[in-house]
Amino acid sequence: MYTQGLDVGSDSDRTTAPTGPEERFQARVDAEEKIEPRDWMPDGYRRTLIRQISQHAHSEIVGMLPEGNWITRAPTLRRKVALLAKVQDEGGHGLYLYSAAETLGASRGDLVADLLNGKAKYSSIFNYPTLTWADIGAIGWLVDGAAIMNQVPLCRCSYGPYARAMVRICREESFHQRQGYEIMLALSRGSDAQKRMAQDALDRWWWPSLMMFGPSDGQSAHSAQSMRWKIKRFSNDELRQRFVDATVPQAEFLGLTVPDPDLAFDEATGHYRFGAIDWSEFERVLKGDGPCNRERLEARRKAWDDGAWVREAALAHAKKKDARAQAAAA
Amino acid sequence: MARNEWPLFEVFIRPKNGLSHKHAGSLHAADARMALENARDVYARRGEGVSLWVVPSAAITASEPADKETFFDPADDKVYRHPTFYDIPPEVKNI
Ligand SMILES: [Fe+2]
Ligand SMILES: [Fe+2]
Ligand SMILES: [Fe+2]
Repeated sequence: MYTQGLDVGSDSDRTTAPTGPEERFQARVDAEEKIEPRDWMPDGYRRTLIRQISQHAHSEIVGMLPEGNWITRAPTLRRKVALLAKVQDEGGHGLYLYSAAETLGASRGDLVADLLNGKAKYSSIFNYPTLTWADIGAIGWLVDGAAIMNQVPLCRCSYGPYARAMVRICREESFHQRQGYEIMLALSRGSDAQKRMAQDALDRWWWPSLMMFGPSDGQSAHSAQSMRWKIKRFSNDELRQRFVDATVPQAEFLGLTVPDPDLAFDEATGHYRFGAIDWSEFERVLKGDGPCNRERLEARRKAWDDGAWVREAALAHAKKKDARAQAAAA
Repeated sequence: MARNEWPLFEVFIRPKNGLSHKHAGSLHAADARMALENARDVYARRGEGVSLWVVPSAAITASEPADKETFFDPADDKVYRHPTFYDIPPEVKNI
């Protein structure tokens, strides 16, 4: 998902042999108690959470770029205010998540630096380009749809500040998917050219959306431990299956074709079977060689550098006001 | 502090595990430690919570009650921030 990088990470989270505090910690987690910043927690739990929450935060922030690309070109004022509001929400989601990571002792400056110097990962989905207006529909419908599928269970994550941030985020997400689907609906009921545009967007975004859930359970490096710690509630494959089951009927309603010749409803299980995912593409994009990786990081670096004088000026102004107030009080 | 008054602290209680802290009230104390202990004795005598925060009232910057309208009304005319603003036919499920 937004934290796919975890699943292919190489550094190990091996925890030391169970000792007193470790067992008590696991017992609390098993009892569905929330862990709070000042509670004792295993180092691996803290590290995993900092990585997961910061990757999630980076994804929200980088995710503003592909959609921001269309704000000035939205076809109507109604679409424009909706897209602006959505992109604004994503910026807020980044903030909630960075703050949650900071409760674990991470520094905001370090987290941002890791994103800008390419050390940190973010969701592979945001390294694909938004070529037409229909892509904005497809992103809201599919990408936010997949995000919601993943984020709803995170509201029950064992770490309190992350779980509470996710509750807030999920509440806000609910309009994102609907505005996207509404765009797709308008296009698929429009002219032939508009229908083609909607189909083309589905064709390009379908598989990358399925990849958002991360590698298959067998390949996922940290899944089992995260499940034990109740950071994660469902496996990547379970969530992906739920997404396919929910989304295929929505595509059918639009009169669009999901670009998967192997897609079929299995009467026996009540689930859709779908074709094999090209994991080599996923690895490539995650490691930096997607169509837009360089562009995205460049945009973030430029925003950071261009904003430097604003950050400095605000601090200088605050200091000056402080000094004045102190002088007046003396 | 002209009459050597103890400073005021605001008290926040986490009512139960998993919930965030909520403002409960305030009290005077000589220092933060005393504020914490007194807050326990004043605001949490009957199992009201599992965690307490005390914050010097002077450290809180609050919005002006008189500016309430102008401060919050930018959100009032943005109906498109709500899911109900979007028309999704009832046949479409899970959205
Ligand atoms: Fe998102
Ligand atoms: Fe978001
Ligand atoms: Fe979103």
